Order: sequence, then structure tokens, then C-alpha cells
Amino acid sequence: MKVVLPILIAVMTAGLIGIAWVQSGGVASREISAGRTPEEAVEALMRDVQARNWNSAYSRLANTNALEKQDFIRDLSGSNGSLRTYSSLQSFTVWPLHATDQEATMRVRMTWSSAIGPLDEVRDLHLQRENDAWKVLWPKPNLAKVPPQVIPVNYLRWDVIGRTLGDDWGVQNVDPPNVRITSMNAIERPEGVVLVGELVNEDTVPAYVSVNATLLSPDQTTIDQESSFDTIAHTLLPRQVSPYRIDFPGVRIKQVKNVRMDVKALLVAASADPVIAVTDQKIEKDALGAILLRGNLVNQSGQNVDIAQVVAAYYDANGKVIWVSNGYVDQALLPQVPVPFGVDVPKDIAPKVQSYHVVVNHYSRNNG
Amino acid sequence: MGNWKTICLAVLCAAISTAYAADLQAPAQVTAGTAFTIPTSGSGDRTFYLVGPSSVVKKSVKLGSEIEIAADQVHAAGRYVAVSCGSEGCSSASFYVVSGSPAKVSFLLHPSRVPVTAHDAINATAFVFDKFHNPVLRPVEVDFRVVPKAGPAFTKSVKAVQGVAWMKMSPTPKEGPVKIIATIGSNEEPRIIRQVASDACNLHIKARRTAKGVEVETDPVKDCRSNSVPDGTVVSFTAVDSNGKSTVDAPVKKGVARTELPITGKAIISVASGVVTGNEIRL
Repeated sequence: MKVVLPILIAVMTAGLIGIAWVQSGGVASREISAGRTPEEAVEALMRDVQARNWNSAYSRLANTNALEKQDFIRDLSGSNGSLRTYSSLQSFTVWPLHATDQEATMRVRMTWSSAIGPLDEVRDLHLQRENDAWKVLWPKPNLAKVPPQVIPVNYLRWDVIGRTLGDDWGVQNVDPPNVRITSMNAIERPEGVVLVGELVNEDTVPAYVSVNATLLSPDQTTIDQESSFDTIAHTLLPRQVSPYRIDFPGVRIKQVKNVRMDVKALLVAASADPVIAVTDQKIEKDALGAILLRGNLVNQSGQNVDIAQVVAAYYDANGKVIWVSNGYVDQALLPQVPVPFGVDVPKDIAPKVQSYHVVVNHYSRNNG
Repeated sequence: MGNWKTICLAVLCAAISTAYAADLQAPAQVTAGTAFTIPTSGSGDRTFYLVGPSSVVKKSVKLGSEIEIAADQVHAAGRYVAVSCGSEGCSSASFYVVSGSPAKVSFLLHPSRVPVTAHDAINATAFVFDKFHNPVLRPVEVDFRVVPKAGPAFTKSVKAVQGVAWMKMSPTPKEGPVKIIATIGSNEEPRIIRQVASDACNLHIKARRTAKGVEVETDPVKDCRSNSVPDGTVVSFTAVDSNGKSTVDAPVKKGVARTELPITGKAIISVASGVVTGNEIRL
């Protein structure tokens, strides 16, 4: 009797644990973990990426002989202070594109949560069957390597000397820069009223700009007040033009009688570098049917740009700004290395686009 | 009957007041920061107050002697009231402290930056003060000395009216910093105004093929008066080839803007700066 009772308790405990494991999806999880179908294999890989369990994720790849583990990790977790290094995989969706007994192609949409909001990334992954399990052929990332070199840069910057505490009242600060809004177009979108346009720094010094707008009703009361936030190039060098977009969610254009625009410009210390070229710009459809303005960013200077943001203005045949879109690039811009970007163009606006203008905001840990 | 009583009381008060006022014989006008004395008549101890625009002085005095007012007690210009009070009441006298000789100038110069083509766009305003920061309201001459980067310096003298001297002037023809100094006596207040080129004129680019693509460079970017546009002015290069459109916003450095575009085949390259467009190159 003394022996039977502990054995009975042990058996019952094991039974309960087993029931709990089955009920919590343990069987399904094991199946997924094993990658018995292509979909399960990709889902298992994505779960490991989500958990940053790189060893397990790497073990699910079919081409480990051709792909360094560090390259795989850098491909997904970012490097060089890029936006991806501040991101984590929030969710993913997997769906099949093509499958046979031995190989398959799956499409995965990864949604990364980052400091600037969610970022979507779509990848087509090829899989192959190895024994009973499916494994992912992870494409070898094209990680740029900048050879040792010297890039001469005539460094140009503006410093500002302001008035100090000891100065008499007649010692005034230097005047703020002269910035002008060159165009403004109010358009109605399903989500609300959107103001788009451009402004130019007409001065000979750099300006830190922000645009605020107030919508007024027919009785001149304020409907809403918003700012361009990050859909603008905030630091404008002399004669530089920037698009801006201000969103008024939930407002209909028939409610609006007047728009009051207010551009604020501050004199700031700034640098003329880095210069970022925007090459190979094209409007085209992506694999999901979305219309994108695509191109490459090339950092022509010698210092890394950690985070780059693209702001694009689209013009109709009359040269009027009809839309402004923006997007962040989750790779760092290494010197002289092209980095692809893509920003959305709404489907109803794309047919009217005749030309476009792209500006690039840049942020670096070293020089702000 | 009541009216008669009131009139008598008023006349009595006025007489007493006049009698007390006669105790203090203040000068009509004193220069700021100058020590002086107020003679008194009568006898006995009194408390003396000197109430000025920005200060109050209190001290015990003996009537019949002179009340000494130190220089630092009359720094601020304006109306002062000297009051002496005793057990039998108070008497008072008022006088004015006027500003001393011009010693300081506060100088406002607008704008900070001005295109060389802007007519009468420079506004210089000087406020004249004595050494105690009192505005000097009498007419005095203020010299505005203009020192351009290139060309001879010149001086314009302006008579201040009610403490303010101002002048308008057009920029000198050449771009660059211009120093304007407002001078009064030995006091100088310098300010810098930056004369800048106007919009770029005859913007012109040239291109040559390199190993990496095409190097595009402007001629020296100048306005229509041959002033170089400031370094940092953005010049936008645009190239259209079979791969699409490529753009670079490059700043002018040492007078020219240049960039390298990754173009290998045929392309059309154009240039613009602000609202000004330049020539087009077909490769």
C-alpha cells in the first residue's frame, strides 16, 4: 500500500500534464515545429525569429552550408544602427504560392514593430523537403561590404551664434530663415481631408521647418488643427524644396470653408552632408498588386546613415501636387552602397501621376 | 455758510503747504549721476525722502543745513520729489534729472541677410543713452560706419531725434558680410549683415563619363550680377534613363555643385536650383 499510492499519484500527475499539453496545442505545435508541411515550416521559422531564437531558426534552413548564421541573423535583425535593429517581429502571415511533393514557394508578410510604427515586409520563400520535414531555402542576403577607402568630403556646415545673457537689449538674434509655401492642395480621401503641397527655403541659411494647418468651417470656427509631423523634410538647406502632407482624419471637405496655413522656420546649425542620391525611380506594381514608387538610395558621403526616410511628392499633368507619401528604410545607408526603397502610391492617384520628386530625411547616431 | 468754511480751509492748507515747500529749495534740473545739494530753511530734525523713478532714499536731516544728494542717488532720469517730514507735517519740492552726455548706443540692424538687389532694404536704428542707460533725448549725431567686404568703407552721420537715429540704405553691389558700426563718442556697436547673391542666373552643367557612371558638375553658380551664390545652396540634378529617374540634391561647395550619377546608357540630365532651371544634357 505504501508503494501503490505514490505510483498512483505519479501516474495521475503525468496523465494530467499530458492532457494539459494536448489541450494547449502541444500536438499542433510539435507538428509545426517539425515542419511537416511547407506552411508549418515557415510558421515555425517565423516563430523562432519572433522569439529571436536564432539557433533554432537557423536549424530550420535547408541551405546552412551556403549561408553563414551571422549573415542570416543580420538579414533579419539588422545592422549598423539601422531601423531594423530597433524593431521586432510583431506578427506574420503565411500563404502558399506553389507546392509540389518536393519543393514549395510560400509568401510571408512580416509586420515589424519599430520606433516609427509598424513596417511591413513581404518575402517569397522557397522550401524543399528533406525526409519528412520541410526546410526553408533562405535567400543569401546581399549584405554590402564597403572596402577600406578614403572618401574626400568638403565638409560644409552652418553654426549659429545667438545673443548671450550679457548682451544689451539692442543685440538682436539673427533673423529666422525665410521659408515660403509654394503650393497647397486640399483633397478628400476616404479617411478624411488631406493637405498636400510643397515649401521652399528661400534663404541662404538652413531652416528647421514645420507646417501647421487649421481647417475653418463657414462660421470661421476651428474644425481641426494638425501638423505635417514626419511627412516633411524638416531640415531644409538653402533653396531646397520639400513636400509636406497634413492629415485630418474624419473630416469631410464639404465641412471646410477656409484653411489657415502656418509655416514655422527656425535658424538651426546644420550640415550639408550627407548627400543622398535617389536613383532608378520608377512607379510599378509589387507582387501583391500595390502600386509603389521604387528606387535606390545612394549615400554619396563617407559616413553611415543609420535611418533614412523617403518623402515623395507626386504631380499631375499641370504640375500640381496631388499626393505625398513617405516611408522609412529599415537598412542603414553605407557609403556608396545602393539601398532599395518603396513608398505607396494610392491606386486611384497613380494613373494621374505625371512626375514625382523625392527628398530624403536622414538620421545618424553620431551626428543627429 | 458751509461753502465759506471750505474755501477758508483750502486757502489755509495752501498757505501752510507753500510755507513748508519753502523749506526745500531744490534745483529745477540736475544731470543724472551728478551730486548736488538741496538747501533748506528753518530748524529742527526732519526725515527726508527722495522719491525718484526707480529709487527711494530716506535719511534724517537738520533743517537750515544743506541736504547732500550723492551722485548714485540720481542715476535714473525723470521727475524726483524731495519730501521732508516732521511732527508738524511734510513739505516737498520736485525737480527733474535729465540724462547725461551720450555714452552708449543700442543698435538694431535689419535684416540679417539681404539680397544685393534689394533696394533700400537695410534698416539701421540706433538708440542713444547716457552711461546710466537713460535715453538722451536732445539732438546728438550718430555715425553709421559701413565696412563692406570689398570696396571702400563709408560713414553716414544721422542726427538723433528724441533719442533715436535711423537710416535706410541699399546693399553694396557685391555679396559678402558687411559690418555696420553705430558710433557715438567712443562707444561703438558693431553688427554684421550678410549680403547674399540673388537667384542663380544662367545655371549651366557639364557632364563626363566615369568608371562609376556620369559625373555632373555646374559651372560656378552665380546670380545675374556675377555674385557667387552662397555655399550650401541646393542644386537639384535630375537624370532620366532606361532605369527610371535619378535625382540628387547637391549643395554648392566652393562655388560649384557636383555629383556622380550611376548612368551607363543614354540619359537626359537637367539641373535646377529653387525655381531656376538650367540647361539640359543628352548623353
